[in-house]
Amino acid sequence: MTKTILTIDDSRTMRDMLKLALDDAGYRVVQAEDGIAGLAALEAHAPDVVITDINMPNLDGFGVIERVRANPRHKGLPVLVLTTESAPEKKQRAREAGATGWIVKPFDPAKLVDVVRRVSG
Amino acid sequence: MATDPFEAIKATYFLECEELLADLERHVMALESGDADSDTLHAAFRAVHSIKGGAGAFGLEDLVRFAHVFETFMDELRSGRKPCSEQAVRVMLAASDVLADHVAAARGSNAALDHARVAHVVADLEALTAGTAPSAPGALAAAAPEPDGPAPDEFGFTPVAFDFGLGDAPAEPQGWRIHFKPHPRLLETGNDPALILRELARLGPCDVTLDDRDLPGVDVLEDGAFHLAWDIVLNAAPPETAVREVFEFVDGFCDLVIAPLGAEAEAEPVAALIEAPSDPVFATAPIQMEAASAPAPARAAEPAASAKPAAGGGGGGGTAGAAPSQTSIRVDLDRIDKLINVVGELVIQQAMLAQSVVESGLARSSAVSVGLEDLEQLTREIQESVMAIRAQPVKAVFQRMPRLVREVAELTGKSVRLVTEGEGTEVDKTVIDRLAEPITHMIRNAIDHGLEDPDARRRAGKDPEGVIRLAALHRSGRIVIEVSDDGRGINRDRVRAIAVERGLIAADAPLTNEEIDNLIFLPGFSTASTVSDISGRGVGMDVVKRSIQQLGGRISIASTPGKGSTFTMSLPLTLAVLDGMVVEAGGQTLLAPLSAVVESFTPKAADLHRIGPTETLIRFRDRFLPLIDTAAALGFPAAPMQQSGARGIAIVVESEGGMQAALRVDGIHGQRQVVIKSLETNYTKVDGVSAATILGDGRVALILDVDALLSLGKRAGTPADLRLAS
Repeated sequence: MTKTILTIDDSRTMRDMLKLALDDAGYRVVQAEDGIAGLAALEAHAPDVVITDINMPNLDGFGVIERVRANPRHKGLPVLVLTTESAPEKKQRAREAGATGWIVKPFDPAKLVDVVRRVSG
Repeated sequence: MATDPFEAIKATYFLECEELLADLERHVMALESGDADSDTLHAAFRAVHSIKGGAGAFGLEDLVRFAHVFETFMDELRSGRKPCSEQAVRVMLAASDVLADHVAAARGSNAALDHARVAHVVADLEALTAGTAPSAPGALAAAAPEPDGPAPDEFGFTPVAFDFGLGDAPAEPQGWRIHFKPHPRLLETGNDPALILRELARLGPCDVTLDDRDLPGVDVLEDGAFHLAWDIVLNAAPPETAVREVFEFVDGFCDLVIAPLGAEAEAEPVAALIEAPSDPVFATAPIQMEAASAPAPARAAEPAASAKPAAGGGGGGGTAGAAPSQTSIRVDLDRIDKLINVVGELVIQQAMLAQSVVESGLARSSAVSVGLEDLEQLTREIQESVMAIRAQPVKAVFQRMPRLVREVAELTGKSVRLVTEGEGTEVDKTVIDRLAEPITHMIRNAIDHGLEDPDARRRAGKDPEGVIRLAALHRSGRIVIEVSDDGRGINRDRVRAIAVERGLIAADAPLTNEEIDNLIFLPGFSTASTVSDISGRGVGMDVVKRSIQQLGGRISIASTPGKGSTFTMSLPLTLAVLDGMVVEAGGQTLLAPLSAVVESFTPKAADLHRIGPTETLIRFRDRFLPLIDTAAALGFPAAPMQQSGARGIAIVVESEGGMQAALRVDGIHGQRQVVIKSLETNYTKVDGVSAATILGDGRVALILDVDALLSLGKRAGTPADLRLAS
């Protein structure tokens, strides 16, 4: 069963990079360009994993995670945060909000796929 | 289509960079002008952050380094640790420019990076960043990479940063003994103990023992609680970091003990911590897990509370295949051009059909005529829609100007504010691409020559800060671009004196103010006493005028001494169609581009003056213009009407070089918008003809190349012999 990954990032470059890596690994990729669009796509596509950027307009990554966790329908849904900010406080805040894990940008495509596999089986 | 997807993404990245740089500039300008709201700083930060993110992915280290310093500083501002002072904004503006230079350099532009400037801006950014938190240089300052040092984690390609603070085991262990007891929080974050165990099994064969001692009866099971633990013996010896990496995401969300397997003595404390089950009844048999098979048998033991909803488990077949909604698509320009071409044919075909119907004598009320009218309407709509695809807002050009203004202002020591209007005005992409150069030149010119320096402005009772206004608007099917300044206006006495000195006009030429102003467009005219480095470069307004005329446009100037000048360019919205005047000469139907036509009139015999054997001059408003016989210049047989004595018509045209002349034609059949067909592509280049079009009756009409015609007329010395009825 092909798994669906929802990627939420305001950078087209980053969305393209994610898609390239995930397509190659055989995932189906749905994209959204900010947090609000991401939540809409989440309802429309029921993805198996969500990968979200933190710094985004409209609704940031923390907001996305909090809303996903507040919705019982998405209980247990793996949400990975994508950020260049390896600063511990960002990671900590994402964890507190309920992030499953994180991917530090820039990422090696193989490692990205590895992390996705680790949280989604 | 790029074959390498990575290269394609890189191309996208640079396109995105352009947008981000423009956003950044807009936001920083808003900060400068006080139009900023609470999100402005965050948005500016995001722009730099996104540029850095992509740069990291492509290994553009210089760009990453600079973006990081910039971003670090902006982080200080947006967090409120540092006030967004005037100085801060100034440094941000400079940093935005340097960032743009870095992007250009990374893109492989020829322009070399100004390293001195980069160093200067970096120093400014770092000084401002440090200035706020001199007591705590550890946090952000330390994160700033050293120019020559190794890139920190953030810029490396390691996707996972380790911050456990635990060193690897000193001795090589034979394996690892792990105790893992998840907290409810582990499940709440979407982590799955089964997947963690499976991941562990990838490191080597595992003996897994489930510890379900704490599992209460079904009647007291609570949603969200978790009662299971595992003891794992990993019979392989990967480094401890690899083992810890498996638990990286759940660190703090579980009880975790990792100890090397081996000496009994070493295992002892671990065993104690593990609290080995005292009652063997509750201990399950060890589960063998192999790396490859990974069937995750532990899932069976997963409490109901952690089971995923079906939708999350990938069962949503109903939505599979649905694409996310998109608001735009990217299309190859060639495809659009092909479409435009085909639609052009459609327009012609439709016109021909309409003409045939008229000629067939069908009543206007007939079904065919009525249907044809509808077709005409539809055709026009299709044509407009297709043209609209190529249309783009002039914003793409306008947004390059703030930087230019800053640079020129800096060079001239003037204080300048740029005001733009109508950025959303749309025009054909080809026109946009060619607009940048004339606009750039006009703005340079306006700052360099138009605006006074701050002292002079103060003395004149003006705001020391000069204003350059750049506006775009649609007017009667054309786009109008205005560049105006509130400077000193054209110094007419000086312009006149220079024109006389250069031999462009006679010393006593009676010229109106408007005519004097327009002298600056003459080739070879330059008011700058020394060739200015800024607006000069050896070219003048004549070059601007020529490049605009090449686009089928016109330029004019309006100036009020002491108040300023306004340059107005008017351009066609597209280069695919042309507004032309349909004329007849030598029995041929020809098209004169409307942009070149100044006026047309019927000359009287007294207006004509023969000079020498071949040349004829025609009087036009107290001036004499060369008269060119269009048919003869193009090599058509002598116009039959010369014998008939019918009146000819003179069309006053202006070449791109500003030279005026009159073209003699036999008649004017009105104005029409036509689809341009390249003659060179379909036939061969013909002197005096720029292109062709197909008229409603199916005949090919040549579009006159006014410039070439004027020189042709001159060379051939055509006998522009107008036999006017006297």
